[in-house]
Amino acid sequence: MSVVTNTTTIGAIEAPSRRNTELALLIFAVAIPVFAYANVGLAMTGKLPSGMLGYGLGLGLMAGVAHLVVRKFAKYADPLLLPLATLLNGLGLVLIWRLDQSPRLIQRAKSAWGKFSPDAPHQLLFTAVGVALFIGVLLLLKDHRILQRYTYISMAVALFLLVLPMFFPAVNGAKIWISIPGLGTIQPGEFAKIIIAIFFSGYLMVKRDALALASRRFMGLYLPRGRDLGPILVIWAMSILILVFETDLGTSLLFFGLFVVMLYVATERTSWIVFGLLMSAVGAVGVATFESHVQQRVKAWMDPFACYKTDGACQQIGDAIMSFGSGGTLGTGLGQGNSDLIGFAANADFILSTVGEELGLAGMMALLLIYGLIVERGVRTALAARDPFGKLLAIGLSGAFALQVFVVAGGVMGLIPLTGMTMPFLAQGGSSVIANWALIGILIRISDTARRPAPAPAPSPDAEMTQVVRP
Amino acid sequence: MSELTLTVMRLGFLAVLWLFVIVAVQVIRSDLFGTRVTQRGSRRGNDANRQPQTGRQAAAAAAPPPQRGQQQGGGGRQRRGAPTKLVVSEGTLTGTTVALQGQTISLGRAHDSTIVLDDDYASSRHARIYPDRDGNWIVEDLGSTNGTYLDRTRLTTPTPIPLGAPIRIGKTVIELRK
Repeated sequence: MSVVTNTTTIGAIEAPSRRNTELALLIFAVAIPVFAYANVGLAMTGKLPSGMLGYGLGLGLMAGVAHLVVRKFAKYADPLLLPLATLLNGLGLVLIWRLDQSPRLIQRAKSAWGKFSPDAPHQLLFTAVGVALFIGVLLLLKDHRILQRYTYISMAVALFLLVLPMFFPAVNGAKIWISIPGLGTIQPGEFAKIIIAIFFSGYLMVKRDALALASRRFMGLYLPRGRDLGPILVIWAMSILILVFETDLGTSLLFFGLFVVMLYVATERTSWIVFGLLMSAVGAVGVATFESHVQQRVKAWMDPFACYKTDGACQQIGDAIMSFGSGGTLGTGLGQGNSDLIGFAANADFILSTVGEELGLAGMMALLLIYGLIVERGVRTALAARDPFGKLLAIGLSGAFALQVFVVAGGVMGLIPLTGMTMPFLAQGGSSVIANWALIGILIRISDTARRPAPAPAPSPDAEMTQVVRP
Repeated sequence: MSELTLTVMRLGFLAVLWLFVIVAVQVIRSDLFGTRVTQRGSRRGNDANRQPQTGRQAAAAAAPPPQRGQQQGGGGRQRRGAPTKLVVSEGTLTGTTVALQGQTISLGRAHDSTIVLDDDYASSRHARIYPDRDGNWIVEDLGSTNGTYLDRTRLTTPTPIPLGAPIRIGKTVIELRK
C-alpha cells in the first residue's frame, strides 16, 4: 500500500528592514487626519479650516522626525507601530479640535469657568512632547535588556506613582491626578503602567519556574502551592487598596489584569486566569458594597436611563449610548453629530462616542481594528523576541494597552461600569499621550532587537578543522 | 456646503480609513506567508510516519541560508551554467532542495548539518559541499565510514561537481541543478 505524500521546502527568509513600507504607511497615516480636518471644517463652517496647513505640517513633521530616528536607530523595527500610533494621535487631534468648535461646549465652559480655552493646541503640544519622549527612548535605550537591571527599583517607583495621588484632592470623584503648581496636573497611573510592566517582566522571568512547575493537578487545573500565591495576593491587595482609596476602578483593573495576563504568559497555567477572574470578581463586589463612588458607577451602568434625570453619571452614559445609536452604521459625518451634548469630558473619556456618532459603526470598527493591530504587533514582537525578559515586557506593554482600550471602550459603550481612564492617543490628556508614545518607543526597540538578523554564521568550524588535519 | 459633497466626504473618509486598515493587514501578511513555501509533486513512500520527519528535516535543511541577504561570497556570482540549487533525488529526503548561495553545505547524521541525513550508511559528519574561490562547487568526503561516491567513483580528494552528476551517500543521492 503506497501512500502519496507531499513535501514542502521552506525557502530562505530575507531580512528586509521594511523602513520604506513604514514611510509609505506614515504618509498615508498623516493624510487621513488632514482629510478629516478638512471634512470637519467644511461640515461646520462651510470652508476649509485655516489651520489645516499648519496642522498637517506639524503632524507630518513629527511623524517624519520619528521615522528618521527609527530609520537610523532601530532599523529593523516593526513597520506598523509608528504609522498606527500616528494615525490614532492625528485622529484624536482632529476630534478634539472638532469638539473645540462646538458652540454648546464653548457655552458650557463659559458658564462654568467664565472662559473657554481650546484643548487642541495643548494636545498638539503634548503630542510633540510625546514624540520627543519616543525619540528619547530610542536614543537612550539601546537595548531593552538594560531595563531588567531596574526590576526592583521600578517596583518602588511604580508603587510610589500609584500611591501618590492619594495625597491630592479628588477630581471628579477619583484620585488619579497629582497637581504640580505651575505645570498643571499629571496622571501618574499612565506612567506607572509602563514601569510596572518592567517590574512584572523582570520578576516573573526569575520566578516563572517556581510558579509554573511546583503545582498539583486538581480537576483539570494546576493548583499552585500556597506560598506561590503570595505575589498575586499582594498585587490583588494593592489593586483593592487603589480601588478603595483612589476610588478608581480603571487603574486597579488595569494593574491586576496586567499581572494576571503576564503570569499566564510566563507560566502557561490556565489556573492563574481562573484565580485572577475569581479574585477580581470578589474584590470588585466586595468594594462595591461600601464604596459610594463605585456604587454610583455601577448604578449608571446597570440602567443609565432609570436615573438619567437625577444623576450626572447616568446622564453621561445615557448620552453616550444615545450618540452611538444615532450614529447608525455609517455615521452622521464628521462635524455633524451632536455628541457634544455629553458636555463634561466629551473630548476625554467620552471621545469614543464622537467617533461612534460621526463615523458610525463602520468607523468605530476601523478604529478598534487599528487598536487591535497595535496590540497584535506587540504580541508578535513578543513572539519574535529572543530573550525571555523582552518577551514578557512586550506582552506586558501590549497587554496594558489592550486592557486600557477594553476598559475605556467597554465603559463608554455600557459593557462594563465606566472608569476614569483615557483612550490611548485619542483622548484629550497630556499624561496619556506622552506615556503611550513612550510605550510605543519601547515596543519599537524590542521589535528592532527581535527582528534584527543574527550575525552571519561563521563557516562551519568543523569543516575547517578537517581541512587543517588533512595532509 | 452642499449635502451631496458632505455625504461623499463622509463615505470617502470611511473608505480611506478602511483602506488604511486593509493596507496595514497586507503588511502583516508577510508574517504569515513570509517564507516561500513551494509545494512539490507527490512522493511515494510506504511509511506515513516518515512524512513529518521529512518535513522537519527539509525545514532544517533550508534554515541556514537566511541572512545571507543578496548572493555574495565565493559561489554567489551568477555565472552562466552555474548551479543554483542542490536537489536530493533519492533516499528518505527525496525532493528536498537547498538554494546554493555561497554557503558551505554539510551533510551527515549530526543534527547541526545543513542536510540531516536519516540514512544508516551515513556518518555523522559525512561530507561537505562548498564553493571554491572561482565559484565552482566542490564536494569533499570528511572521512566517512562508507564513503561518498561521485557517479561511480569513491571520493578521495575534494572534487568539483559537474552539473547533474549524482553524489551518492548511502541510499541518498544528491545532485546540483540550475
